Amino acid sequence: MEKIIVGLKRVVDYNVRVQVKSDGSGVETDGVKMSINPFDEIALEEALRIKERGEASEVIAVSIGSSEAQQQLRTGLAMGADRAILVQLDGDIDPLSIARVFKHIAAQENAGLVLLGKQAIDGDNNQIPQMLSAIWGRPQATFASGVEINGDTARVVREVDAGLETIEVDLPAVISVDLRLNEARYVKLPDIMKAKKKPLDVVALAELGIEAGPQIKELSYAPPEERQRGIMVDDAAALVAALKDKGLV
Amino acid sequence: MAKILIVAEHDGSALNPSTAKCVTCAAAIDGAEIDVVVLAASTSDIAAEAAQLSSVARVITIERAENEKPLAAVFAPQVAAAAGGYTHVFGPSTTFGRDLMPHVAALLGVNQVSDIMSVEGSHRFKRPVYAGNAIVTVEAPEGSVVVATVRVASWEAAAGGNAATIEAGDATIELPSHTRYVGLESDASDRPDLQTASRVVAGGRALGSPENFELINKLADALGAGVGASRAAVDAGFCANDLQVGQTGKIIAPDLYIAIGISGAIQHVTGIKDAGTIVAINKDEEAPIFEIADIGLVADLFDVVPALTEALS
Repeated sequence: MEKIIVGLKRVVDYNVRVQVKSDGSGVETDGVKMSINPFDEIALEEALRIKERGEASEVIAVSIGSSEAQQQLRTGLAMGADRAILVQLDGDIDPLSIARVFKHIAAQENAGLVLLGKQAIDGDNNQIPQMLSAIWGRPQATFASGVEINGDTARVVREVDAGLETIEVDLPAVISVDLRLNEARYVKLPDIMKAKKKPLDVVALAELGIEAGPQIKELSYAPPEERQRGIMVDDAAALVAALKDKGLV
Repeated sequence: MAKILIVAEHDGSALNPSTAKCVTCAAAIDGAEIDVVVLAASTSDIAAEAAQLSSVARVITIERAENEKPLAAVFAPQVAAAAGGYTHVFGPSTTFGRDLMPHVAALLGVNQVSDIMSVEGSHRFKRPVYAGNAIVTVEAPEGSVVVATVRVASWEAAAGGNAATIEAGDATIELPSHTRYVGLESDASDRPDLQTASRVVAGGRALGSPENFELINKLADALGAGVGASRAAVDAGFCANDLQVGQTGKIIAPDLYIAIGISGAIQHVTGIKDAGTIVAINKDEEAPIFEIADIGLVADLFDVVPALTEALS
Protein backbone atom coordinates (compact mmCIF):
# COMPACT_ATOMS: atom_id res chain seq x y z
CA MET A 1 0.00 0.00 0.00
CA GLU A 2 1.29 3.44 -0.83
CA LYS A 3 -0.59 6.00 1.17
CA ILE A 4 -2.54 6.23 4.40
CA ILE A 5 -4.80 9.22 5.06
CA VAL A 6 -5.35 10.16 8.69
CA GLY A 7 -7.92 12.70 9.88
CA LEU A 8 -6.96 15.07 12.70
CA LYS A 9 -9.68 17.20 14.27
CA ARG A 10 -8.95 20.19 16.45
CA VAL A 11 -11.10 19.87 19.57
CA VAL A 12 -11.35 21.20 23.12
CA ASP A 13 -8.74 19.28 25.11
CA TYR A 14 -9.81 16.07 26.82
CA ASN A 15 -9.09 17.48 30.30
CA VAL A 16 -11.09 20.68 29.96
CA ARG A 17 -14.42 20.76 31.74
CA VAL A 18 -16.53 22.50 29.12
CA GLN A 19 -19.03 25.20 30.08
CA VAL A 20 -22.16 26.04 28.17
CA LYS A 21 -22.30 29.75 27.21
CA SER A 22 -24.93 31.67 29.12
CA ASP A 23 -26.79 32.59 25.91
CA GLY A 24 -27.03 28.90 24.95
CA SER A 25 -25.27 29.44 21.63
CA GLY A 26 -22.61 26.82 22.24
CA VAL A 27 -19.82 26.01 24.66
CA GLU A 28 -17.09 28.35 25.81
CA THR A 29 -13.99 27.95 23.63
CA ASP A 30 -12.28 31.31 24.19
CA GLY A 31 -8.95 30.79 25.90
CA VAL A 32 -9.61 27.07 26.22
CA LYS A 33 -6.82 24.60 25.48
CA MET A 34 -7.28 22.89 22.10
CA SER A 35 -5.74 19.57 21.07
CA ILE A 36 -5.91 16.79 18.52
CA ASN A 37 -9.01 14.66 19.12
CA PRO A 38 -7.57 11.77 21.20
CA PHE A 39 -9.02 9.09 18.92
CA ASP A 40 -7.38 10.78 15.91
CA GLU A 41 -4.05 10.69 17.69
CA ILE A 42 -4.47 6.92 18.02
CA ALA A 43 -5.35 6.70 14.31
CA LEU A 44 -2.18 8.58 13.42
CA GLU A 45 -0.08 6.38 15.70
CA GLU A 46 -1.47 3.28 13.98
CA ALA A 47 -0.73 4.72 10.53
CA LEU A 48 2.84 5.44 11.59
CA ARG A 49 3.28 1.90 12.91
CA ILE A 50 1.94 0.44 9.66
CA LYS A 51 4.42 2.59 7.74
CA GLU A 52 7.27 1.64 10.08
CA ARG A 53 6.53 -2.03 9.42
CA GLY A 54 7.07 -1.29 5.72
CA GLU A 55 3.40 -1.81 4.84
CA ALA A 56 2.81 1.76 3.64
CA SER A 57 5.05 4.40 2.14
CA GLU A 58 3.45 7.67 3.15
CA VAL A 59 1.22 9.02 5.92
CA ILE A 60 -0.81 12.13 5.10
CA ALA A 61 -2.52 14.03 7.92
CA VAL A 62 -5.70 15.88 6.94
CA SER A 63 -7.71 18.40 8.91
CA ILE A 64 -10.88 20.17 7.89
CA GLY A 65 -11.57 23.41 9.70
CA SER A 66 -10.23 26.85 10.53
CA SER A 67 -6.64 27.97 9.87
CA GLU A 68 -5.90 27.34 13.54
CA ALA A 69 -6.07 23.60 12.85
CA GLN A 70 -2.58 24.03 11.38
CA GLN A 71 -1.34 23.72 14.98
CA GLN A 72 -2.79 20.22 15.24
CA LEU A 73 -1.41 19.30 11.81
CA ARG A 74 2.06 20.49 12.88
CA THR A 75 1.77 18.25 15.93
CA GLY A 76 0.80 15.40 13.61
CA LEU A 77 3.84 16.11 11.44
CA ALA A 78 6.01 16.13 14.55
CA MET A 79 4.60 12.73 15.51
CA GLY A 80 5.78 11.47 12.14
CA ALA A 81 3.24 12.19 9.39
CA ASP A 82 5.05 12.91 6.10
CA ARG A 83 2.88 15.79 4.98
CA ALA A 84 -0.36 17.52 5.84
CA ILE A 85 -3.36 19.01 4.12
CA LEU A 86 -5.67 21.58 5.67
CA VAL A 87 -9.02 21.95 3.97
CA GLN A 88 -9.85 25.38 5.25
CA LEU A 89 -13.25 26.83 5.94
CA ASP A 90 -14.85 29.33 8.25
CA GLY A 91 -17.64 28.20 10.46
CA ASP A 92 -19.15 24.76 10.78
CA ILE A 93 -19.47 21.93 8.32
CA ASP A 94 -21.73 18.88 8.51
CA PRO A 95 -20.37 15.32 8.88
CA LEU A 96 -21.58 14.17 5.45
CA SER A 97 -19.70 17.01 3.76
CA ILE A 98 -16.59 16.11 5.75
CA ALA A 99 -16.95 12.53 4.54
CA ARG A 100 -17.13 13.91 1.00
CA VAL A 101 -13.89 15.84 1.56
CA PHE A 102 -12.16 12.67 2.76
CA LYS A 103 -13.49 10.78 -0.25
CA HIS A 104 -12.14 13.49 -2.54
CA ILE A 105 -8.69 13.35 -0.94
CA ALA A 106 -8.64 9.54 -0.77
CA ALA A 107 -9.36 9.37 -4.49
CA GLN A 108 -6.91 12.13 -5.37
CA GLU A 109 -4.12 10.48 -3.37
CA ASN A 110 -5.10 6.97 -4.39
CA ALA A 111 -5.07 6.03 -0.68
CA GLY A 112 -4.95 2.40 0.43
CA LEU A 113 -6.34 3.16 3.85
CA VAL A 114 -8.14 5.97 5.64
CA LEU A 115 -7.67 5.86 9.41
CA LEU A 116 -10.02 8.00 11.49
CA GLY A 117 -10.95 8.32 15.15
CA LYS A 118 -14.25 6.59 15.94
CA GLN A 119 -15.70 9.84 17.21
CA ALA A 120 -14.66 13.37 18.04
CA ILE A 121 -14.95 14.17 21.73
CA ASP A 122 -16.77 17.45 21.07
CA GLY A 123 -19.76 16.48 18.91
CA ASP A 124 -19.65 12.79 19.94
CA ASN A 125 -21.38 12.01 16.63
CA ASN A 126 -19.53 8.88 15.59
CA GLN A 127 -20.53 9.16 11.92
CA ILE A 128 -17.82 10.23 9.49
CA PRO A 129 -15.92 6.94 8.96
CA GLN A 130 -19.16 5.07 8.27
CA MET A 131 -20.36 7.84 5.94
CA LEU A 132 -17.06 7.81 4.08
CA SER A 133 -17.38 4.05 3.63
CA ALA A 134 -20.87 4.50 2.18
CA ILE A 135 -20.06 7.23 -0.34
CA TRP A 136 -16.63 5.86 -1.27
CA GLY A 137 -18.09 2.39 -1.79
CA ARG A 138 -15.28 0.84 0.24
CA PRO A 139 -15.39 -1.35 3.39
CA GLN A 140 -15.62 0.02 6.91
CA ALA A 141 -14.14 -1.48 10.05
CA THR A 142 -15.25 0.64 13.00
CA PHE A 143 -14.10 0.70 16.65
CA ALA A 144 -10.81 -1.06 15.88
CA SER A 145 -8.66 -2.40 18.71
CA GLY A 146 -6.39 -4.43 16.43
CA VAL A 147 -5.29 -3.89 12.83
CA GLU A 148 -3.28 -6.32 10.73
CA ILE A 149 -2.44 -5.56 7.08
CA ASN A 150 -2.06 -8.61 4.84
CA GLY A 151 -1.34 -7.38 1.33
CA ASP A 152 -4.66 -6.41 -0.24
CA THR A 153 -6.74 -7.11 2.85
CA ALA A 154 -6.83 -6.03 6.48
CA ARG A 155 -7.95 -8.04 9.47
CA VAL A 156 -9.51 -5.82 12.10
CA VAL A 157 -10.52 -6.61 15.66
CA ARG A 158 -13.52 -4.48 16.63
CA GLU A 159 -14.70 -3.57 20.13
CA VAL A 160 -18.41 -4.35 20.06
CA ASP A 161 -20.95 -4.64 22.87
CA ALA A 162 -20.76 -8.43 22.84
CA GLY A 163 -16.94 -8.62 22.98
CA LEU A 164 -14.23 -8.55 20.33
CA GLU A 165 -15.37 -9.13 16.76
CA THR A 166 -12.92 -9.84 13.95
CA ILE A 167 -13.68 -8.96 10.34
CA GLU A 168 -11.65 -9.02 7.16
CA VAL A 169 -11.91 -6.20 4.64
CA ASP A 170 -10.51 -5.64 1.18
CA LEU A 171 -8.31 -2.57 0.77
CA PRO A 172 -8.75 0.30 0.23
CA ALA A 173 -10.89 0.63 3.34
CA VAL A 174 -11.88 2.98 6.14
CA ILE A 175 -10.90 2.01 9.66
CA SER A 176 -12.17 3.91 12.71
CA VAL A 177 -10.09 3.41 15.80
CA ASP A 178 -11.01 2.81 19.42
CA LEU A 179 -9.08 3.69 22.57
CA ARG A 180 -7.18 0.49 23.10
CA LEU A 181 -5.66 0.13 19.65
CA ASN A 182 -2.35 1.64 20.76
CA GLU A 183 -0.79 4.34 22.89
CA ALA A 184 0.25 7.37 20.87
CA ARG A 185 3.90 8.37 21.05
CA TYR A 186 5.17 11.54 22.68
CA VAL A 187 6.48 14.25 20.44
CA LYS A 188 10.15 15.11 21.00
CA LEU A 189 11.61 18.59 20.56
CA PRO A 190 13.83 17.76 17.53
CA ASP A 191 10.76 16.34 15.82
CA ILE A 192 8.90 19.60 16.36
CA MET A 193 11.77 21.44 14.65
CA LYS A 194 11.79 18.94 11.77
CA ALA A 195 8.03 19.19 11.40
CA LYS A 196 8.32 22.89 10.57
CA LYS A 197 10.00 21.94 7.29
CA LYS A 198 7.46 19.32 6.27
CA PRO A 199 4.88 20.30 3.62
CA LEU A 200 1.51 21.57 4.84
CA ASP A 201 -0.83 22.44 1.98
CA VAL A 202 -3.81 24.65 2.60
CA VAL A 203 -6.76 24.38 0.22
CA ALA A 204 -10.06 26.20 0.51
CA LEU A 205 -13.11 23.97 0.80
CA ALA A 206 -14.69 25.89 -2.09
CA GLU A 207 -11.87 24.74 -4.40
CA LEU A 208 -12.92 21.12 -3.94
CA GLY A 209 -16.38 21.78 -5.34
CA ILE A 210 -18.11 20.10 -2.41
CA GLU A 211 -21.55 21.40 -1.55
CA ALA A 212 -22.75 21.11 2.02
CA GLY A 213 -25.62 18.64 2.52
CA PRO A 214 -28.89 19.26 4.33
CA GLN A 215 -27.79 20.53 7.70
CA ILE A 216 -28.97 19.49 11.10
CA LYS A 217 -29.41 22.82 12.85
CA GLU A 218 -28.23 23.32 16.41
CA LEU A 219 -30.92 25.42 18.05
CA SER A 220 -29.61 25.79 21.59
CA TYR A 221 -27.20 24.41 24.15
CA ALA A 222 -28.00 23.77 27.78
CA PRO A 223 -26.05 22.32 30.67
CA PRO A 224 -27.14 18.82 31.66
CA GLU A 225 -29.36 18.26 34.67
CA GLU A 226 -26.98 17.79 37.57
CA ARG A 227 -27.32 14.97 40.04
CA GLN A 228 -27.34 16.07 43.64
CA ARG A 229 -24.87 14.90 46.22
CA GLY A 230 -26.66 12.38 48.44
CA ILE A 231 -26.01 10.97 51.88
CA MET A 232 -22.84 9.48 53.35
CA VAL A 233 -22.87 6.28 55.38
CA ASP A 234 -20.22 4.97 57.78
CA ASP A 235 -19.88 1.29 57.04
CA ALA A 236 -21.09 -1.72 55.09
CA ALA A 237 -23.97 -2.40 57.48
CA ALA A 238 -25.24 1.17 57.16
CA LEU A 239 -24.96 0.92 53.38
CA VAL A 240 -27.04 -2.27 53.33
CA ALA A 241 -29.62 -0.59 55.56
CA ALA A 242 -29.78 2.45 53.26
CA LEU A 243 -30.26 0.21 50.21
CA LYS A 244 -33.02 -1.73 52.00
CA ASP A 245 -34.63 1.56 52.92
CA LYS A 246 -34.86 2.48 49.24
CA GLY A 247 -36.16 -0.98 48.40
CA LEU A 248 -33.15 -1.68 46.20
CA VAL A 249 -32.07 -4.95 47.83
CA MET B 1 -47.58 12.21 9.66
CA ALA B 2 -44.49 10.34 10.77
CA LYS B 3 -43.78 6.94 9.29
CA ILE B 4 -40.89 5.41 11.18
CA LEU B 5 -38.75 2.40 10.34
CA ILE B 6 -36.72 0.84 13.16
CA VAL B 7 -33.80 -1.47 12.41
CA ALA B 8 -34.00 -4.43 14.80
CA GLU B 9 -30.88 -5.46 16.71
CA HIS B 10 -30.55 -9.15 17.51
CA ASP B 11 -27.98 -11.90 18.00
CA GLY B 12 -29.30 -14.15 15.25
CA SER B 13 -32.03 -15.72 17.36
CA ALA B 14 -33.42 -13.21 19.88
CA LEU B 15 -34.27 -9.53 19.78
CA ASN B 16 -31.96 -7.20 21.70
CA PRO B 17 -33.85 -5.00 24.24
CA SER B 18 -32.39 -1.94 22.46
CA THR B 19 -35.06 -2.42 19.78
CA ALA B 20 -37.91 -2.03 22.27
CA LYS B 21 -36.29 1.19 23.48
CA CYS B 22 -36.13 2.55 19.94
CA VAL B 23 -39.86 1.82 19.66
CA THR B 24 -40.57 3.91 22.77
CA CYS B 25 -38.54 6.78 21.34
CA ALA B 26 -40.34 6.54 17.99
CA ALA B 27 -43.72 6.43 19.73
CA ALA B 28 -42.89 9.78 21.36
CA ILE B 29 -43.31 11.40 17.94
CA ASP B 30 -46.90 12.56 17.40
CA GLY B 31 -48.91 10.30 15.14
CA ALA B 32 -46.06 7.91 14.57
CA GLU B 33 -46.71 4.80 12.53
CA ILE B 34 -43.94 2.38 13.45
CA ASP B 35 -42.53 -0.54 11.46
CA VAL B 36 -39.59 -2.73 12.42
CA VAL B 37 -37.26 -4.29 9.87
CA VAL B 38 -35.49 -7.54 10.79
CA LEU B 39 -32.44 -8.55 8.76
CA ALA B 40 -31.24 -12.06 9.55
CA ALA B 41 -30.44 -15.43 8.07
CA SER B 42 -33.46 -16.79 9.90
CA THR B 43 -36.01 -14.15 10.84
CA SER B 44 -39.08 -15.93 12.21
CA ASP B 45 -38.28 -16.00 15.96
CA ILE B 46 -36.90 -12.47 15.97
CA ALA B 47 -39.82 -11.12 13.95
CA ALA B 48 -42.30 -12.82 16.28
CA GLU B 49 -40.70 -11.04 19.23
CA ALA B 50 -40.72 -7.69 17.44
CA ALA B 51 -44.38 -8.13 16.49
CA GLN B 52 -45.29 -8.22 20.17
CA LEU B 53 -43.91 -4.75 20.88
CA SER B 54 -46.62 -2.24 21.58
CA SER B 55 -47.13 0.50 18.92
CA VAL B 56 -45.52 -1.55 16.16
CA ALA B 57 -47.73 -1.75 13.04
CA ARG B 58 -45.71 -4.06 10.80
CA VAL B 59 -42.60 -6.18 10.99
CA ILE B 60 -40.72 -6.52 7.72
CA THR B 61 -38.34 -9.45 7.38
CA ILE B 62 -35.37 -9.55 5.04
CA GLU B 63 -34.17 -13.10 5.24
CA ARG B 64 -31.03 -14.15 3.40
CA ALA B 65 -27.85 -16.06 4.17
CA GLU B 66 -25.70 -12.90 3.84
CA ASN B 67 -27.56 -11.45 6.85
CA GLU B 68 -26.26 -14.06 9.26
CA LYS B 69 -23.87 -11.56 10.86
CA PRO B 70 -24.56 -7.83 11.26
CA LEU B 71 -21.99 -6.37 8.86
CA ALA B 72 -22.80 -2.70 8.30
CA ALA B 73 -21.62 -2.79 4.69
CA VAL B 74 -24.05 -5.64 4.01
CA PHE B 75 -27.00 -4.42 6.09
CA ALA B 76 -26.86 -0.75 5.07
CA PRO B 77 -27.87 -1.02 1.39
CA GLN B 78 -30.81 -3.23 2.39
CA VAL B 79 -31.96 -0.79 5.09
CA ALA B 80 -31.55 2.14 2.71
CA ALA B 81 -33.68 0.32 0.11
CA ALA B 82 -36.31 -0.55 2.74
CA ALA B 83 -36.41 3.10 3.88
CA GLY B 84 -38.39 4.27 0.85
CA GLY B 85 -41.62 5.96 1.96
CA TYR B 86 -40.51 6.47 5.56
CA THR B 87 -40.01 9.87 7.17
CA HIS B 88 -37.67 8.49 9.86
CA VAL B 89 -35.23 5.57 10.16
CA PHE B 90 -34.08 4.76 13.70
CA GLY B 91 -31.52 2.37 15.15
CA PRO B 92 -30.10 1.97 18.66
CA SER B 93 -26.94 3.77 19.80
CA THR B 94 -25.32 0.44 20.62
CA THR B 95 -22.21 -0.59 18.69
CA PHE B 96 -24.57 -2.31 16.23
CA GLY B 97 -26.50 0.87 15.48
CA ARG B 98 -23.52 3.20 15.68
CA ASP B 99 -21.75 1.07 13.08
CA LEU B 100 -24.73 0.78 10.76
CA MET B 101 -26.87 3.92 10.87
CA PRO B 102 -24.40 6.59 9.65
CA HIS B 103 -23.69 4.33 6.68
CA VAL B 104 -27.44 4.21 5.99
CA ALA B 105 -27.69 8.00 6.40
CA ALA B 106 -24.93 8.62 3.87
CA LEU B 107 -26.51 6.21 1.38
CA LEU B 108 -29.71 8.25 1.76
CA GLY B 109 -27.75 11.51 1.35
CA VAL B 110 -28.48 12.94 4.80
CA ASN B 111 -26.70 13.65 8.06
CA GLN B 112 -27.57 11.62 11.13
CA VAL B 113 -28.99 12.71 14.46
CA SER B 114 -26.87 10.72 16.93
CA ASP B 115 -28.05 9.63 20.39
CA ILE B 116 -31.59 10.99 20.70
CA MET B 117 -32.28 11.49 24.41
CA SER B 118 -35.59 13.27 24.03
CA VAL B 119 -38.11 14.03 21.32
CA GLU B 120 -39.18 17.68 21.06
CA GLY B 121 -41.05 17.39 17.78
CA SER B 122 -41.06 15.28 14.63
CA HIS B 123 -37.75 16.84 13.54
CA ARG B 124 -36.54 18.28 16.81
CA PHE B 125 -34.53 16.30 19.33
CA LYS B 126 -32.17 16.66 22.27
CA ARG B 127 -28.81 14.94 22.27
CA PRO B 128 -25.71 14.99 24.46
CA VAL B 129 -22.37 16.41 23.29
CA TYR B 130 -18.99 16.91 25.00
CA ALA B 131 -19.31 13.69 26.99
CA GLY B 132 -22.74 14.77 28.22
CA ASN B 133 -21.46 18.10 29.57
CA ALA B 134 -23.84 19.90 27.26
CA ILE B 135 -27.21 19.00 25.82
CA VAL B 136 -27.99 20.40 22.40
CA THR B 137 -31.41 20.75 20.82
CA VAL B 138 -31.15 19.98 17.13
CA GLU B 139 -33.51 20.25 14.19
CA ALA B 140 -33.26 17.97 11.19
CA PRO B 141 -34.34 19.48 7.86
CA GLU B 142 -37.99 19.05 6.91
CA GLY B 143 -38.41 17.38 3.57
CA SER B 144 -35.63 14.82 3.91
CA VAL B 145 -35.64 11.55 5.80
CA VAL B 146 -34.47 11.69 9.43
CA VAL B 147 -31.87 9.02 10.16
CA ALA B 148 -31.05 8.74 13.85
CA THR B 149 -29.66 6.61 16.62
CA VAL B 150 -31.58 6.38 19.87
CA ARG B 151 -29.65 6.73 23.12
CA VAL B 152 -30.94 3.55 24.71
CA ALA B 153 -30.19 4.62 28.30
CA SER B 154 -32.73 7.45 27.92
CA TRP B 155 -35.69 5.25 27.05
CA GLU B 156 -37.71 2.48 28.69
CA ALA B 157 -38.41 -0.64 26.67
CA ALA B 158 -41.81 -0.71 24.94
CA ALA B 159 -44.28 -3.16 26.49
CA GLY B 160 -45.30 -6.43 24.83
CA GLY B 161 -48.73 -7.87 24.10
CA ASN B 162 -49.09 -6.59 20.55
CA ALA B 163 -49.62 -8.69 17.43
CA ALA B 164 -48.26 -6.70 14.49
CA THR B 165 -48.41 -8.15 11.00
CA ILE B 166 -45.26 -9.76 9.68
CA GLU B 167 -44.40 -9.54 6.01
CA ALA B 168 -41.39 -10.34 3.87
CA GLY B 169 -39.38 -7.47 2.37
CA ASP B 170 -37.12 -7.32 -0.66
CA ALA B 171 -34.26 -9.81 -0.32
CA THR B 172 -32.78 -9.30 -3.77
CA ILE B 173 -30.68 -6.16 -3.35
CA GLU B 174 -27.14 -6.59 -4.63
CA LEU B 175 -24.65 -6.75 -1.75
CA PRO B 176 -20.92 -6.06 -1.51
CA SER B 177 -18.49 -8.91 -0.79
CA HIS B 178 -15.58 -6.74 0.32
CA THR B 179 -16.28 -7.25 4.02
CA ARG B 180 -16.20 -10.67 5.68
CA TYR B 181 -17.06 -11.77 9.19
CA VAL B 182 -14.33 -13.83 10.86
CA GLY B 183 -15.40 -14.41 14.46
CA LEU B 184 -16.45 -13.11 17.87
CA GLU B 185 -14.55 -13.52 21.09
CA SER B 186 -16.95 -13.18 23.95
CA ASP B 187 -16.59 -13.74 27.67
CA ALA B 188 -19.35 -16.25 28.18
CA SER B 189 -20.90 -15.26 31.48
CA ASP B 190 -24.26 -16.01 33.05
CA ARG B 191 -24.45 -12.54 34.52
CA PRO B 192 -27.09 -10.09 33.33
CA ASP B 193 -26.07 -8.06 30.30
CA LEU B 194 -24.41 -4.82 31.36
CA GLN B 195 -26.56 -2.66 29.09
CA THR B 196 -29.90 -3.97 30.28
CA ALA B 197 -29.19 -5.11 33.86
CA SER B 198 -31.30 -3.41 36.52
CA ARG B 199 -28.35 -3.56 38.91
CA VAL B 200 -24.69 -3.02 38.01
CA VAL B 201 -21.57 -3.33 40.16
CA ALA B 202 -18.51 -1.65 38.65
CA GLY B 203 -14.86 -1.64 39.63
CA GLY B 204 -12.08 0.85 39.00
CA ARG B 205 -8.35 1.28 39.15
CA ALA B 206 -8.25 0.79 42.92
CA LEU B 207 -8.94 -2.91 42.52
CA GLY B 208 -5.29 -3.23 41.50
CA SER B 209 -5.32 -6.59 39.74
CA PRO B 210 -7.46 -9.02 37.77
CA GLU B 211 -7.50 -11.32 40.83
CA ASN B 212 -8.88 -8.54 43.02
CA PHE B 213 -11.48 -7.72 40.37
CA GLU B 214 -13.08 -11.02 41.42
CA LEU B 215 -14.38 -9.10 44.45
CA ILE B 216 -16.56 -7.12 42.03
CA ASN B 217 -17.78 -10.28 40.32
CA LYS B 218 -18.69 -11.88 43.66
CA LEU B 219 -20.67 -8.88 44.85
CA ALA B 220 -22.41 -8.70 41.49
CA ASP B 221 -23.38 -12.36 41.75
CA ALA B 222 -24.72 -11.85 45.28
CA LEU B 223 -26.95 -9.07 43.88
CA GLY B 224 -27.80 -10.73 40.59
CA ALA B 225 -26.15 -7.72 38.97
CA GLY B 226 -24.22 -7.06 35.78
CA VAL B 227 -20.54 -6.12 35.99
CA GLY B 228 -19.01 -2.90 34.69
CA ALA B 229 -15.65 -1.15 34.92
CA SER B 230 -13.98 2.21 34.51
CA ARG B 231 -11.66 2.83 31.60
CA ALA B 232 -8.69 2.73 33.98
CA ALA B 233 -9.59 -0.79 35.11
CA VAL B 234 -10.05 -1.99 31.54
CA ASP B 235 -6.84 -0.37 30.31
CA ALA B 236 -4.96 -1.97 33.20
CA GLY B 237 -6.24 -5.35 32.05
CA PHE B 238 -8.29 -6.14 35.18
CA CYS B 239 -11.31 -7.16 33.07
CA ALA B 240 -12.65 -7.42 29.52
CA ASN B 241 -12.95 -4.37 27.23
CA ASP B 242 -16.68 -4.75 26.79
CA LEU B 243 -17.26 -3.95 30.47
CA GLN B 244 -16.18 -0.33 30.06
CA VAL B 245 -18.78 2.21 31.13
CA GLY B 246 -18.53 5.82 30.00
CA GLN B 247 -18.38 8.27 27.10
CA THR B 248 -16.56 5.86 24.85
CA GLY B 249 -17.83 2.65 26.41
CA LYS B 250 -21.36 1.76 27.38
CA ILE B 251 -23.95 4.29 28.49
CA ILE B 252 -26.18 2.57 31.02
CA ALA B 253 -29.18 3.35 33.19
CA PRO B 254 -29.64 0.62 35.81
CA ASP B 255 -31.88 1.13 38.86
CA LEU B 256 -28.84 0.62 41.06
CA TYR B 257 -25.20 1.37 40.20
CA ILE B 258 -22.47 0.59 42.68
CA ALA B 259 -19.13 2.22 41.81
CA ILE B 260 -16.24 0.66 43.67
CA GLY B 261 -12.77 2.19 43.64
CA ILE B 262 -13.82 4.47 40.78
CA SER B 263 -12.77 8.11 41.11
CA GLY B 264 -15.51 9.41 38.83
CA ALA B 265 -13.85 11.12 35.85
CA ILE B 266 -16.30 13.11 33.68
CA GLN B 267 -15.95 10.51 30.94
CA HIS B 268 -17.08 7.76 33.32
CA VAL B 269 -19.87 9.75 34.94
CA THR B 270 -21.43 10.46 31.56
CA GLY B 271 -22.07 6.74 31.23
CA ILE B 272 -24.07 6.46 34.49
CA LYS B 273 -25.90 9.78 34.80
CA ASP B 274 -29.24 8.16 34.15
CA ALA B 275 -28.89 5.47 36.81
CA GLY B 276 -31.65 5.39 39.43
CA THR B 277 -29.44 5.23 42.52
CA ILE B 278 -25.68 5.62 42.45
CA VAL B 279 -23.64 4.18 45.32
CA ALA B 280 -19.96 5.07 45.58
CA ILE B 281 -17.35 3.30 47.67
CA ASN B 282 -13.96 4.94 47.63
CA LYS B 283 -11.05 5.42 50.02
CA ASP B 284 -10.54 9.00 48.86
CA GLU B 285 -13.21 11.29 50.30
CA GLU B 286 -12.31 13.93 47.71
CA ALA B 287 -13.13 11.57 44.81
CA PRO B 288 -15.49 13.37 42.36
CA ILE B 289 -17.77 10.32 42.25
CA PHE B 290 -19.17 11.43 45.66
CA GLU B 291 -20.52 14.63 44.07
CA ILE B 292 -23.06 12.61 42.12
CA ALA B 293 -23.55 9.60 44.40
CA ASP B 294 -26.85 9.14 46.22
CA ILE B 295 -25.14 7.06 48.85
CA GLY B 296 -21.43 7.40 49.55
CA LEU B 297 -19.12 5.36 51.73
CA VAL B 298 -15.53 6.43 52.36
CA ALA B 299 -13.75 3.19 53.11
CA ASP B 300 -11.21 0.66 51.96
CA LEU B 301 -12.95 -1.45 49.36
CA PHE B 302 -10.99 -4.53 50.43
CA ASP B 303 -12.77 -4.38 53.83
CA VAL B 304 -16.18 -3.24 52.67
CA VAL B 305 -16.81 -5.29 49.55
CA PRO B 306 -16.43 -8.74 51.16
CA ALA B 307 -18.63 -7.56 54.06
CA LEU B 308 -21.27 -6.30 51.63
CA THR B 309 -21.13 -9.52 49.62
CA GLU B 310 -21.70 -11.54 52.76
CA ALA B 311 -24.52 -9.33 53.99
CA LEU B 312 -26.32 -9.49 50.63
CA SER B 313 -25.78 -13.18 49.86
